[in-house]
Amino acid sequence: MSKKNATSIKNQVAIVGVGESEIGRVPHMSGLGLNAQAAKRALDESGLKPSDIDGVLTAYSFTEPYFMLGSVLCEYLGIQPRFNASLIAGGASPAVMLKHAAEAIVSGQAETILVCAGENRATGQSRDAAVASLMAVGHPYFEQPYGTSIPGFYAMIAQRHMHVYGTTREQMAEVAVNTRAHALLHPNAHMKKPLTLEEVLAAKPIADPLGMLDCCLISDAGGAFIVTSAERAQDLKAKPIYLQGIGEFHTHEHLMCAPSLTEFGATESGRIAYAMAGLGPQDIDVAELYDCFTIVPIIELEELGFCKPGEGGAFFAEGHARIGGRLPVNTHGGMLSHAHAGAAGGLFGMVEAVRQLRGGLGERQVQGAEVALVHNEGGILSSHCTAILANAKG
Amino acid sequence: MDATPQLPKPVANADSQPYWAAARERRLLIRRCSACQQLHFMPRYLCPHCWSDQLEWVDSKGAGVVHSFTIIRRAPIATFAGNAPYVVVMVELDEGPRMITNLVGDDALQVAIGDRVSVAFEDRGDGDLLPQFQRSSA
Repeated sequence: MSKKNATSIKNQVAIVGVGESEIGRVPHMSGLGLNAQAAKRALDESGLKPSDIDGVLTAYSFTEPYFMLGSVLCEYLGIQPRFNASLIAGGASPAVMLKHAAEAIVSGQAETILVCAGENRATGQSRDAAVASLMAVGHPYFEQPYGTSIPGFYAMIAQRHMHVYGTTREQMAEVAVNTRAHALLHPNAHMKKPLTLEEVLAAKPIADPLGMLDCCLISDAGGAFIVTSAERAQDLKAKPIYLQGIGEFHTHEHLMCAPSLTEFGATESGRIAYAMAGLGPQDIDVAELYDCFTIVPIIELEELGFCKPGEGGAFFAEGHARIGGRLPVNTHGGMLSHAHAGAAGGLFGMVEAVRQLRGGLGERQVQGAEVALVHNEGGILSSHCTAILANAKG
Repeated sequence: MDATPQLPKPVANADSQPYWAAARERRLLIRRCSACQQLHFMPRYLCPHCWSDQLEWVDSKGAGVVHSFTIIRRAPIATFAGNAPYVVVMVELDEGPRMITNLVGDDALQVAIGDRVSVAFEDRGDGDLLPQFQRSSA
């Protein structure tokens, strides 16, 4: 574990534009098209021109057969940048890309960076193909021969959490109910119908204790945000949202090699981010947490210090995570109800945090939101990145 | 156990060839570091604890406890669909390392965390055997 804190990039960069593509089943658009639409919307919001973008970061795609996706996206967008990569940290990629973008800007390698991800995961392949391609997350030699699945890995984590802390199936279901209630307030969310606790509990079982509605969506979606220097951010169209702290931590890739099934890297990524920001959990007004499965935001709440270990389930069940509650979580509806399409899933948490901090979201607005936390994780709670954003320099 | 040749066969590489060769003899091997003495699962070129490249293979007693489990109701690929529901377990070996296998046997669906389990070998055809676990009481 590193003994030295990272050089602070607090207050040095800002997000100045965010964008979402059309979301849901969008068969009239390609995966790259979804990326481009989100990028265009983010850029329009900032008031910048395409020629202002001198850096591009993207992640990966399961649906389109491109190798150098970073270069492919730049080619598609007609951008010739001096900073470019496709970065693969699974679901953690968007927050890690924000970190790399911030570091590149602070070190002068680029001034304005487009971070973009998305896939046509719902209509670009069959549902079976989508599920099968995700099987590759299991170890090819020591996990896949046993018919392991991503829901199965997270189910083993949930099962252990239930065993150690007494977390219940109902508490996990409350996470899905919570995020659906928020999604209904979002005009672009994939899911548009109310959801009851009974419906979550009665949903088709996938991998005990997880049912279909404990699992995130499979959507067509692209998301994007524009990062620039705090200096450049001053005179743009949109209110700049400043990066206050960011940290990542990686403990394993395959679940069989995880150091623990109850302690993950979010504690350490959060510690780094809080230290850089000079803030703690008590200072956070809204949290956008990775929620590929209902157990995950429960664990993240605990690791990021919003409640004690074992209390995350009750936190959701008692309504503290609702808009208007003690700490509103996943105010856009999360990956369970807003959208999930590869690395775009966690990216929408970043988009939502920026929007909450700008204000003016009507019923969805967290009143007085000044500081937001975004947590992304990838693999099987393997790679973690925590970002803290604020609507003023700290 | 009946041969189930349609299921994936073990794939050996330079790291794991002795592991899979031993499995064909119904032995479960794990790695021990000659420098720091720590054991680990998932064979590799060096010790993940101290980076020594002086490693040896040792026979596991093949006994352990269920650290966690899931019952897969919807198989990720068609190959496994006929097996569902089936049990995936994380086993903590008595020697310490953890591994993921299926829990096999008639009472597998009654699995609970803390169950004692012992290694069994599943025939995947052509003499290939896959380490699995079953409840020890069975």
